[in-house]
Amino acid sequence: MALLDVQDLSIDIGGIKPLDSIGFAVDKGETLGIVGESGSGKSLTALSIMGLLPLIGGRVERGSIRFDGMELTRLPEPDYRRLRGRRIAFITQNPMTSLDPVIRVGEQIDQVARLHLGLSGSAARRHSIEIMERLRIPEAATTYHNYPHQLSGGMKQRIVIAMALAANPDLIIADEPTTALDVTIQAQIVQILGELVREKGVALILITHDMGVVAQACDRVVVLYAGRVAESNTVSAIFASPRHPYTQALIGCIPRNAMERGSLVGIPGLVPSVARYPAGCRFHPRCTRSESLCEREVPVLERLASGAEIACHVADKHEAAHA
Amino acid sequence: MTAPALDHSPGFLAEARRTTLGKVFLSPKGGITGAYLLALVLVALLAPWITPYPYDAQNLPLASQPPSLANWLGTDEFGRDVLSRIMYGARTSLSVSVTAITVSVFIGMCLGAAAAYFGGLLDRFITAVIDLSWSFPELLIALILVAIIGPGLTSTMIAIGVAYLAQFTRLTRAEILALKNETYIEATIGLGASHSHVVFRHLLPNAMAPVIICGMLATGDAIILEATLGFFGLGAQPPVPSWGAMMSSGTAQIFKAPWVIIFPGLVIAITVVAINLFGDALIRALDIKSKIREG
Repeated sequence: MALLDVQDLSIDIGGIKPLDSIGFAVDKGETLGIVGESGSGKSLTALSIMGLLPLIGGRVERGSIRFDGMELTRLPEPDYRRLRGRRIAFITQNPMTSLDPVIRVGEQIDQVARLHLGLSGSAARRHSIEIMERLRIPEAATTYHNYPHQLSGGMKQRIVIAMALAANPDLIIADEPTTALDVTIQAQIVQILGELVREKGVALILITHDMGVVAQACDRVVVLYAGRVAESNTVSAIFASPRHPYTQALIGCIPRNAMERGSLVGIPGLVPSVARYPAGCRFHPRCTRSESLCEREVPVLERLASGAEIACHVADKHEAAHA
Repeated sequence: MTAPALDHSPGFLAEARRTTLGKVFLSPKGGITGAYLLALVLVALLAPWITPYPYDAQNLPLASQPPSLANWLGTDEFGRDVLSRIMYGARTSLSVSVTAITVSVFIGMCLGAAAAYFGGLLDRFITAVIDLSWSFPELLIALILVAIIGPGLTSTMIAIGVAYLAQFTRLTRAEILALKNETYIEATIGLGASHSHVVFRHLLPNAMAPVIICGMLATGDAIILEATLGFFGLGAQPPVPSWGAMMSSGTAQIFKAPWVIIFPGLVIAITVVAINLFGDALIRALDIKSKIREG
């Protein structure tokens, strides 16, 4: 059984249902990418796993989140609190605002170690500096005493990752960890996260809208569209033969070599707002291949023999055709 | 990627300018008012040893004398030295207002933080009570409270503390409501921190600076409020001197011996202006935005 197994997860926030029957699994030493445009429910998926939906007034309506044999949807808050940071760590979207501006960065890492590992002052400090060094933060002992405003964006993101690592978690959920950084730093951060998965065997959920990051770091990928899973497959298969028209369109948005000027196309339209999801397949108004069936009936997520999952009426589901 | 040391001329002054207090005292505004306030605090602390006369030494033959070499600021209707009484009065005014405001800031921060952090019914209850008290002038609240508890220094402190509680509570609540949605709070909760850790280690330290400034400025108002209560005879009871009570006794002979009312009034005015200007300098020095620019 996988370390984290999410099945049929639906959530409710004040009467609207931004996530509908989401499911995926991730195991130790594995990286799962969750991809989708803004508003597709990526970050809400992360909040659900962290048990932080009540913060934004939401709740799990249906489905299960099993972590290492525990059912998280029914876990009482005090137990959940011991899990957060200790076994499941969360790397938030924007490193610029993820650190408390009035506390030295090193002490912020200390706090996690003190809280979960019961380390005292100097032991926590040695522990923090050790993690900082492992993340290749130059002059870790000096940086330890800096305030967040004295560090660059990439350094701050490393501190945030160090905080997530401080208590040796089994699962790390990174919500767009590279979005706010410039491209060279992005690559470094993705590389650091990849090393963690390989060397320490943690499970990593990488939430992103950047297919480039997915290609570089993930083993499997779940494509979300408007709160539903559109397609899920291994990274190599999804890039080699995307089946869902939405996945195809997403991959079509990646610039490639030898492209002619102006030939890069976006996907027309926007992700529908959560209050006005269209009936049937939620992608049909933007889909180039939509049929009348798509407007009426919700496509179910089908599991193919190869392990790929796809929810579409029109996509080609014959494995041989793509072999 | 640590911040490079920008300072290439490490002198004592340059070093001092880097600290918050250094910035306050080395600015002209903060330096002058800070020196005045420091002197006032020293006078208040050392009053029993440095006043030329005891505050209650009556000398009826010398009643209502104008300022002279023996009595620099003149004498009152009982022949008591006005200067000595003002110096002793500083003890009353400062201790009452500073104690009251300190306690009020502390309670206000706790109430405001609880209201903003937990929200819901608790927030509505606290906000309703605080807003209700906010709708009355501070003086009215203070007068009602003193009328209920009875005159005296303790009731003056309670009255001042309650009268200014609303503004600290509201300010803290507003600050924390804004901070609550910061990513680092979400991140801290995501790493398993408890409510008290989030509130006391992250929210309050970030909300503190403006509330402390507000408390500093309110101390100036509190001195006026204390003087007003004293003026009405509701504060310090005779013969303990307070600036307000001294002015009150001076009204009787405002034309015959104007110095009895003018000098305490002048000290109140200067002190309040000094506290406000000092608070201003503190705002500049504590400005987090400019700190980020320097870093």
